Amino acid sequence: MARRYLPVAAFAGLIVAIQLATLFTGTDYHLTQLTMTAYYSLVIVGLCMLIGYAGQISLGHAGFFAIGGYLSAFLTTYNLKPHQGGFVSLLLKSGVLVARPDAYGGDLLTVHPWLACVVAILLTVIVAYLVGGPVLKLKGHYLAMATLGFGIIVYRMVLGTGFLGAADGISDVPGFPLPAGLVITGKSSARVSNYYLAWGLVILGVVLLLNLVHSRVGRALAAVHGAEDAAEAMGIPTARYKLNTFVLSAVFASLAGVLLTHYNGGIGPSEAGVMKSVRYVAIVAIGGMANLWGALSMSLVLNYLSLRGYFGTYDDAVFGVILILIMLFAPDGLLRRHLFSDLKRIVSRNPEEGAP
Amino acid sequence: MTLLSVRGVSKRFGGLQAVNDLSFDVAKGSIKALIGPNGAGKTTIFNLISGSLHPDCGEIVFGGTEIQAMSSCQVAVRGMVRTFQHIRLFPKMTVLENIMVGRHVHSRAGFLAGMLNLPFTWGEEQRIREKSFEIMELLGIVPHSGTEAASLAYGQQRVVEIGRALACEPKLLMLDEPAAGLNMRETNEMGRVISRIREMGVTVLLVEHDMSLVMKISDEVVVVSYGEKIAEDRPLAIQKNREVIRVYLGDDE
Repeated sequence: MARRYLPVAAFAGLIVAIQLATLFTGTDYHLTQLTMTAYYSLVIVGLCMLIGYAGQISLGHAGFFAIGGYLSAFLTTYNLKPHQGGFVSLLLKSGVLVARPDAYGGDLLTVHPWLACVVAILLTVIVAYLVGGPVLKLKGHYLAMATLGFGIIVYRMVLGTGFLGAADGISDVPGFPLPAGLVITGKSSARVSNYYLAWGLVILGVVLLLNLVHSRVGRALAAVHGAEDAAEAMGIPTARYKLNTFVLSAVFASLAGVLLTHYNGGIGPSEAGVMKSVRYVAIVAIGGMANLWGALSMSLVLNYLSLRGYFGTYDDAVFGVILILIMLFAPDGLLRRHLFSDLKRIVSRNPEEGAP
Repeated sequence: MTLLSVRGVSKRFGGLQAVNDLSFDVAKGSIKALIGPNGAGKTTIFNLISGSLHPDCGEIVFGGTEIQAMSSCQVAVRGMVRTFQHIRLFPKMTVLENIMVGRHVHSRAGFLAGMLNLPFTWGEEQRIREKSFEIMELLGIVPHSGTEAASLAYGQQRVVEIGRALACEPKLLMLDEPAAGLNMRETNEMGRVISRIREMGVTVLLVEHDMSLVMKISDEVVVVSYGEKIAEDRPLAIQKNREVIRVYLGDDE
């Protein structure tokens, strides 16, 4: 038990250390990218559960991220004032709508972010079940292609839908109010609190997933990954377990989409793009597939570098290259479980191989 | 008392009648062997009974329930568990973890309970662990409990696979060629293991090529050839059965 949570504490310490480092070096503007990194990391750990532990690939998780982000953005920015009818006034009376001034001083009446979030997650769950049900019967390349198809559909839909802002996306999304006066928002005054809120959520997500990995369900998923027919013969309903994991990872992606959209104050179609899905898979792969900590640390480093613009205009290309290199030279990922023993073996074997 | 009853089961693959109007019973507490020449349809019969395949016609009754339309998962939940001709362990899991998976049907922690690490799961995990060690002790594989399954010797992998099946506490254990790939010493040991399993009250149905093993441990033998039953009797009588000898060794003419 202690062994499971010790790395959690260490990681929390790292998060605090990073914040203190930015404080003392006067570079706290980095916290903005680090906060965004946290939300992307939420997608990564959920996807890591699906790919690494249940053994099912998805090249469509940017689609779930976009469903969450776009739905929440639409509901919290769409003005219901001109539609004051029976249903809207009913919503108004039940307190799920909020009035606020818009950017030009006009009156806005929109859905409360919490309700928008709940609706977004619920829709994600429904879509994930509808897509995952038939698609998870496929294996390997076929599953990858089918989920890729789903991702492309979501991308083209947000790009082609007028009320979702088409190529511009949705902007002026309000902050997400939390208890105790906290708000998820990109305002620089709330930078530190948002940094901790975001990473706190990631750590909570990782703890939940670690618990799952070490539970009866985690064992069953590892069994499905290892030998699906044998798992089925042991009484594990493999189809249901795969589907539930798919939905779970979709919910992680969707929640990240919702919160990052409120943090950024908007969302654009690039968040739904195929290259985003490829990036998520690449990070899970380089992190060591069935290694939540590996995926999380790689996500922290790579997303941060990418968001700070270190990869320049080659941003997407870098992640494509990473994916290719990993698949070629280290299909178990860089940070896999037996990394050190493998390295030791390679080092100790080399002299023999050199001999004639 | 009959535990498993196969009644008029047929299965056709394209132009091949793999199993034709096959019927036999397995009595509770017995060891029954299914033998026949290569390609006789033994593994197909196994797959039909265990739910991996579904018969074109006929019924399979297990413990009073018709199971021919059920999936192998549903069949396993009802207490019928199988091993595979080509060992199907979970390669990257340890021996202990492999056997713990066998306790799946006897535990109930779901996704939510697992994620929240609910207190009731702690005791459950503890019981799963204890039961798994009990089974490993029975089979003499406790020293390997922490070893990755894929790195075990072939014979040991077979024992682990049987252990995993036993962890389900099945009413009927189906063994698909348990002695395949084993040397003589390992085969004898396997025979003892199977007899011990029967003494625990588990009914056993096995497909096997090793005749000495079959004759030594089974109570009854069913012989199939080209998907049809040609004999069903006690081992000694089977050894003297003219039809069986003809199928195995060919005609005199």
